[in-house]
Amino acid sequence: MSNNVLHVENITMQFGGVVAVNNLSLDIPEGKIVALIGPNGAGKTTAFNCITGVYEPTNGLVEFMDKPIVRNHPSGKMKKIYKGENADKYLGDVVAMTPDKITSLGISRTFQNIRLWNSMTVFENVLIAKHMRANQNVFSATFRGNAKEEKRMREETMALLVEQGLDKYKDEIATSLPYGLQRRLEIARALACDPKLLLLDEPAAGMNPQETEELAAFIKEIRDKYNLTIFLIEHHMNLVMDISDHIYVIDFGKMIADGTPSEVQNNPVVIDAYLGVTE
Amino acid sequence: MSNTKKRIDRGSLITLCIILLIFVVTVVLENTINANSLLFTVIRKGAVYSLVAVSMNLLNGFTGLFSLGQAGFMLLGAYTYAILTIPNSVRDTIYYLFQGSSFHFSLLDIFQGALGETFGLIVAVILACICAGIVAAFFAFLIGLPVLRLKSDYLAIATLGFAEILRAIFQWEKLGKVTNGANALRGYPTFSDFNIKNSSGMIVFRLSSFVPLLLAGICIAIIVLLINSSYGRAFKAIRDDEVAAEAMGINLAKHKQLSFCISSFFAGVGGALFAMFASTVQAKTFTSAMTYEILLIVVIGGIGSISGSCLASFLYIACSEWWLRFLDNTMYIGGTQVPLLRNGFRMVVFSVIIMIVVLFFRQGIMGSRELPDLFRRKRIKEGKSDE
Repeated sequence: MSNNVLHVENITMQFGGVVAVNNLSLDIPEGKIVALIGPNGAGKTTAFNCITGVYEPTNGLVEFMDKPIVRNHPSGKMKKIYKGENADKYLGDVVAMTPDKITSLGISRTFQNIRLWNSMTVFENVLIAKHMRANQNVFSATFRGNAKEEKRMREETMALLVEQGLDKYKDEIATSLPYGLQRRLEIARALACDPKLLLLDEPAAGMNPQETEELAAFIKEIRDKYNLTIFLIEHHMNLVMDISDHIYVIDFGKMIADGTPSEVQNNPVVIDAYLGVTE
Repeated sequence: MSNTKKRIDRGSLITLCIILLIFVVTVVLENTINANSLLFTVIRKGAVYSLVAVSMNLLNGFTGLFSLGQAGFMLLGAYTYAILTIPNSVRDTIYYLFQGSSFHFSLLDIFQGALGETFGLIVAVILACICAGIVAAFFAFLIGLPVLRLKSDYLAIATLGFAEILRAIFQWEKLGKVTNGANALRGYPTFSDFNIKNSSGMIVFRLSSFVPLLLAGICIAIIVLLINSSYGRAFKAIRDDEVAAEAMGINLAKHKQLSFCISSFFAGVGGALFAMFASTVQAKTFTSAMTYEILLIVVIGGIGSISGSCLASFLYIACSEWWLRFLDNTMYIGGTQVPLLRNGFRMVVFSVIIMIVVLFFRQGIMGSRELPDLFRRKRIKEGKSDE
């Protein structure tokens, strides 16, 4: 019924006594670019990790395409020390999909500190992401019964590299690329998983203003080209304000504001917590 | 992509030629020079150790799982092979301490009865080797369920413990009717049974060093194919960055389990070959020291290099069994005793050599390169070749 690709409801992530993400709820409509901003340590990446299954949130529900991918409530020892809200709302079945399962459903991500496979070439980095959807088993792969499938994977990888302008680096070791290209390769690798929703964790980190501008155009371009919905964490305000359709602001794990870029920019709470006062 | 496709490059071609040459030279030497030369012991044991080292490399070097259970899986393979192939006629004399074996089934008898002496032997040995692998892989699957959740050192300790437990269980008197307790199993087909004999029992053509090379070669070739397949790439992705691998849709539990079982399968086959090499099987030979030997070979050869593991196992076996033998014997030159040469000195020199190798080849002899890479240096810019 909804056109939300991702629906996050009352997510709380508590590590021991520390509440990293507190009762976070958000919706990401199809085809939109949504940003999550907040000061350092606000819990942005933790929220990403809860959505992608790296962490199992203490409480809350995440739905992707109206299907629950994560659902948990405090249990065991956590029941006693739980500091969040809605402790009784998600009792019953626990859903905790592993990251690979969630990726296979169509959520793909990049990392804040680039995580490429550093002993492998650019080509192999993208090719491995194709492994998940390949129709083969270990015997057919070993004895080359999957030649057609392997050929398809290689051709698709090559096509993707050409589209992303990385084809001339295909035999370079991934980590020998310049920083900006490594970022781009990580996005290409994420695209190779055929996602519906792409999560970008600080894609512009370490980029200069010109590169950031190019990145903004690039993000819009891939959204249109691959029919993606994009959810990103970013600190470059110019980039966020430029491309986002909707912005969520969190501080100390709690949502403090949300709205369109202009709404957020003029919200006194946000200015106080994050953007700072301009003189 | 299109210009490099379907062309066997120079490096692979030269490597194939070298391997073929080694095979041919082995057969020729075996039939021309003294068959009792230590060279052939080195070839046989080296071939067996190559296979086990490569299987360990698949796990430690390519999947990044630090496991030390190799000797345990070899033990499983060796016992499976021996129990399945001991002819029924000698079974009771081998198990005499336990009033005969509880197992009256011999692949060798079945196939030699059905297919004739030679062909039956080949089929029985191959089947028994595969069974040895399957038993090892099955135990790996069981032990892998809890143990593969562990990381690095902890996994190593758990698998090492598993291997030690196996060794103890196989020596248990209560299982004597199956494992012959702490006593040796023998009488099963060994490498020397592959020598071709004439009707009066004289050896006319020796193949006893060629057969282990061939069997180990086939197994290693399968592992190489696996490593260069989509699954091999997934293993390497897990090694390089587990978090990224999982985020890109690689099921960690499944792939780790797969790698562990395949590695153990070939360790089991390696154990069967070891049984054929040693011609007796006894649980006390499969100590953790054996695992360390294999680990040493993998590290010296280069973690993540198949050809490195093979090269290192032959060098290692040659050093420990052959080239340094003279250091253990007291020697007199012109009536004076050469200093330092005495029993045990070999191991001192051996350890020093290993230290020197590790100091000068930080990444092992081959690093993460393979043999074909050495011959293809000039072509590296032209495009990536696949094997």
